[in-house]
Amino acid sequence: MSVMTEVTIFVLAAFVGFEVISKVPTTLHTPLMSQTNAIHGIVMLGGLIVVGYANDPLEYVIGTIAIAFGAINIVGGFMVTDRMLGMFSKKPKPKAAADSGDGAGGK
Amino acid sequence: MADVLSQIPYSVLEPGGDAATALYIVAFSLFIIGVKRGTHPTSAKQGNLIAAGGMVVAVVTTLLLDGIGNWGLIALGLGVGTAVGVIASIRVQMTEMPQMVALYNGVGGGAVALIAWSEIRHGISLGEEIPLDELIPVLFAAVVGSVSFWGSNIAFAKLQDLIPTRPLAVPGQQVINVVLLVGIVAACVSIAVNNDDPNQAIFIAILIAAGLLGNLVVLPIGGADMPVVISLLNAFTGLSAAAAGFALDNVALIVAGTLVGSSGTILTMEMATAMNRSVGNVLFAGFGGAPAGGAGGATEERPHVSIGAQDAAIKLAYADSVVIVPGYGLAVAQAQHAIKEVADELEKRGVTVNYAIHPVAGRMPGHMNVLLAEADVPYEQLREMEDINPEMPRTDVAVIVGANDVTNPAAKNDPDSPIAGMPIIEVSEAQQVIVIKRSLSPGFAGIDNDLFYEPNTSMLFADAKQAAADIAGEIGNL
Repeated sequence: MSVMTEVTIFVLAAFVGFEVISKVPTTLHTPLMSQTNAIHGIVMLGGLIVVGYANDPLEYVIGTIAIAFGAINIVGGFMVTDRMLGMFSKKPKPKAAADSGDGAGGK
Repeated sequence: MADVLSQIPYSVLEPGGDAATALYIVAFSLFIIGVKRGTHPTSAKQGNLIAAGGMVVAVVTTLLLDGIGNWGLIALGLGVGTAVGVIASIRVQMTEMPQMVALYNGVGGGAVALIAWSEIRHGISLGEEIPLDELIPVLFAAVVGSVSFWGSNIAFAKLQDLIPTRPLAVPGQQVINVVLLVGIVAACVSIAVNNDDPNQAIFIAILIAAGLLGNLVVLPIGGADMPVVISLLNAFTGLSAAAAGFALDNVALIVAGTLVGSSGTILTMEMATAMNRSVGNVLFAGFGGAPAGGAGGATEERPHVSIGAQDAAIKLAYADSVVIVPGYGLAVAQAQHAIKEVADELEKRGVTVNYAIHPVAGRMPGHMNVLLAEADVPYEQLREMEDINPEMPRTDVAVIVGANDVTNPAAKNDPDSPIAGMPIIEVSEAQQVIVIKRSLSPGFAGIDNDLFYEPNTSMLFADAKQAAADIAGEIGNL
């Protein structure tokens, strides 16, 4: 890939990121941060690649730690996000006052 | 073992070839869809799974690339990392979520910095000139990854109370930071101009200096601003991952890293707006450093009303409407279930109960909603600040449980206060206020709360969980 192709991809991806996030309810700020945090764990791919051409003990160590760090980032990140979001998926118990109580805006 | 494994032809995809690129496109499309779904409450959980699916595609594709080797090391790294990630995620308490995110962000940044180091060693060992379009991204990844690693670790340590949450400033801090930054840039330039034979010692010095910078930038920031800092470092780590993608010519890294970088930036600004702080303000104006001293000396002397659980129970039981304002103290005391019991007792008596959730209640936006949902508090009782504030004058009793700064009237009344202008839950508008708190000590922002000394405020000094349990019992006995 030429540098300018990569820059093109970079700029377009940046705009996609800006557009995708708009008016997120505050409730979802933390889970969303956690999810995007897990996504940058993709850097582990870099670890997989560099360990392939590692050829001295120090590089073995660096590459292996990089893979382990990346894997913690990915696995931990997605699992923690799932746990957080799981807290919202419980259905509120049906309550007698639920239908009228919800309209609390009425004075 | 590694030798035997390396002879098995796992590698079937050509790096940068059509098949690998197509699979990477599938992966990053899933990331984009996942993040998009993550912005809506109903689809967020599904969005997270979709993004995780994208990650599986990306990892498997990479493992199939030609040139991937040292399978023993890969298995070791993946095994250890996965085990740590799984165990940490299962064990972590909901209250500790924010620092967990900080830690995961930190290791991501650390991985970027290590990959950059490995890349530069590889370049040196080839003995050829390293093209600048590879070297510059490597240097960027090294610096930002290292800053992010150390910065996130400091954020983790602050939230975990391993180091004081108050702003820690070294004299001449800003000057040191500027000197470090200039030094880092100069060292990067010196490597770039000698790209035919880069000096590895200078590169390691850059890693160390950037790490030091990460420490120094985050240490002076007070705990209350940590969510914004973590979110910002998250965006940085994303950008550094994208830089690693430029260096390795990997389209999945470029797109995913950039996506996190830009969406993380927007998210950071939204969070800062919710706290009425600008990002620059957070980074460069150590929150609450000076003003804490002013009122601090007189704190214990100021008159306040102190009550017990029984008095509180009576005030609550005979009210028509009660608003509970939960804060991080509730989370620390694990009092969410006990508070729910109080609410249940009150509702049995026909009292209307609502929860007022400040955008940054807890230690991150949305953190408190997660905690209360864990205690089965019905979603419709969780009211946002803008929604509940107009109802405050009609509220009989506002109960503040372990919240502090988000109720401080100084944000509205005192233009000199460090939190001036921060939106607050206007509890002082309520007929009566009960504050359940262990002491009069200042909150996360390190400033005194005038609310405690107002005539309609009663202080109940106790652990939040114990106090809530006592109040629930007393209401039951009435």
